[in-house]
Amino acid sequence: MEPITKSQKKMILIKKTIIYTLLILGGIIIMLPFVWMISTSLKQPNQIFTFPIEWIPDPIVWGNFVEALTVRPFARYAMNTFFISTFTVFGQVLSSSIVAYSFARLKWPGRNKLFLVIIATMMLPKSMTLVPKFVIFSHLGWVNTFLPLIVPQFFGFPFFIFLMRQFFMTFPKSMDEAAKIDGCGILGIYWRIILPLSKPVLGIVAIQAFTNSWNDFINPLIYLNSNKLWTLTLGLRAFQQQFTVDWNLLMAASLVVMLPVVILFFFAQKYFIQGIVFTGVKG
Amino acid sequence: MKIKTKEKVAGWLLASPWILGFLFFTAGPMLYSLFLSFTNYDLFNSPEWIGFANYNRIFTGDYLVPQALKVTFIFTLTSVPLNLILGLLIALLLNQKIKMLSLFRTVYYLPSVIPYIATLFMWMLVFNPAFGLFNSVLKLVNINGPNWLGDPDWALPSLVIISLWGVGRSMLVYLAGLQGVPTELYESAKIDGANAWQSFWKITIPMISPVIFFNLIMGIITSLQAFNTAYIMTQGGPVNSTYFFMLHIFYNAFEDYNMGYSSALAWILFMITFIFTLIVFKSIGSKIYYGEEG
Repeated sequence: MEPITKSQKKMILIKKTIIYTLLILGGIIIMLPFVWMISTSLKQPNQIFTFPIEWIPDPIVWGNFVEALTVRPFARYAMNTFFISTFTVFGQVLSSSIVAYSFARLKWPGRNKLFLVIIATMMLPKSMTLVPKFVIFSHLGWVNTFLPLIVPQFFGFPFFIFLMRQFFMTFPKSMDEAAKIDGCGILGIYWRIILPLSKPVLGIVAIQAFTNSWNDFINPLIYLNSNKLWTLTLGLRAFQQQFTVDWNLLMAASLVVMLPVVILFFFAQKYFIQGIVFTGVKG
Repeated sequence: MKIKTKEKVAGWLLASPWILGFLFFTAGPMLYSLFLSFTNYDLFNSPEWIGFANYNRIFTGDYLVPQALKVTFIFTLTSVPLNLILGLLIALLLNQKIKMLSLFRTVYYLPSVIPYIATLFMWMLVFNPAFGLFNSVLKLVNINGPNWLGDPDWALPSLVIISLWGVGRSMLVYLAGLQGVPTELYESAKIDGANAWQSFWKITIPMISPVIFFNLIMGIITSLQAFNTAYIMTQGGPVNSTYFFMLHIFYNAFEDYNMGYSSALAWILFMITFIFTLIVFKSIGSKIYYGEEG
């Protein structure tokens, strides 16, 4: 390495300053609406409309959260959402991992062709099956129950199958042979060898399944009609339509809906980020 | 022999959840939807075969179809490239051996994690013409901000701005791609006398081309299906300026119970998505660098 000259040092300093300035500026722009939302959720109604903006409300009205969550049955919505999300996570992790195990570790005729079908369905727009599925489920009498939101989750989710297959394929084949000699059957290998070694990918899939289900809007919208079955996202929309001018309460309710996912994100950030990285780089 | 047969049977059995799911929840519904698209069906009376009438109506008799296509195309052709470029720029900045990388990464990625529907209510407030964040900031520099979501000229750009808030997702994918580029490549390029601009175009872009390609394809597929934002914030208005194709499918199916017509619309959107993806694959798919082994 040649020694760094003074002018080169200056150049590096200028470059660093520009980079940090841009990054900090961008970060502020990204976070500003969010901060403003928190601020609004703690304001009295008349303070929302002040100019210039009062960033720190005076007084801070914590009661907004209590009021927002009691004018509509949000506890009920939260329970419904939690119920659906739990089944979704359980169903998708279980079914996708079994299918992925079959595609990654077992040899059977037609396997590679079917895997191409999995890849193709990953790119299939969701709008394609929205209407016919609704017609089918309404003939089954499943509309206005949780069944259309839960049952399909137990049949494997193409993207998760793909992700887990890639992960399962990294284990050496000799591992299965050794387990077989020790008396492990095909299911035994899946349950006692593969799954315990796959915690990272199981974490990624579980977290994505949970957030997808928690944030889902269009499926609950078409299948759940009665108020007592609604999820949080449906509840929020109804809240907005009912109290169009109570912005402080709407922001408080929205924040509460965001909270579980944001908390999960801060505790399991690694899994969130690895999931996206896997998607892009290995996909 | 016996063990091999056992493995074959087990393979099919363990794959069967997905095979059944594919038949019942994907292939079956698709075929059913194709059938419905040639019928008049309101969910209560049995489907009535009407041949190509639904498709005729889409191509000639429904003034909302060209509008919905226009809105969807403009949104896709602005939001996808903007997200692609902005995501890459942020990722390039973050890839410069900086301090507090994980903090920045969290800040930029957070909007993509937050439940999307809940953020839309935040945006309604941000875009509020009277006291929203945008117009309050513009007022500080004496600009009278537009009516955003209430103005036919500004409603669609507002939705594009909202989509840019989620740029962190593509940024993360780029960042992973950038971190996989071997630094020796840059060093040897420097020795050969290449400047930063040249190594960006000759090394960085080709090396991360699979990632760009992935972001592009996924961006196109998702934005052609855009629904939630318009449904919650504008219901397609004002004057249909945000009337996305998905809204047309949704309103026809779930408000007017035109299941047949709506199925035909869904097939048209599917064909459009397919053609868009095909064009991208054909035009730049061959230029993608997938590493030495091919």
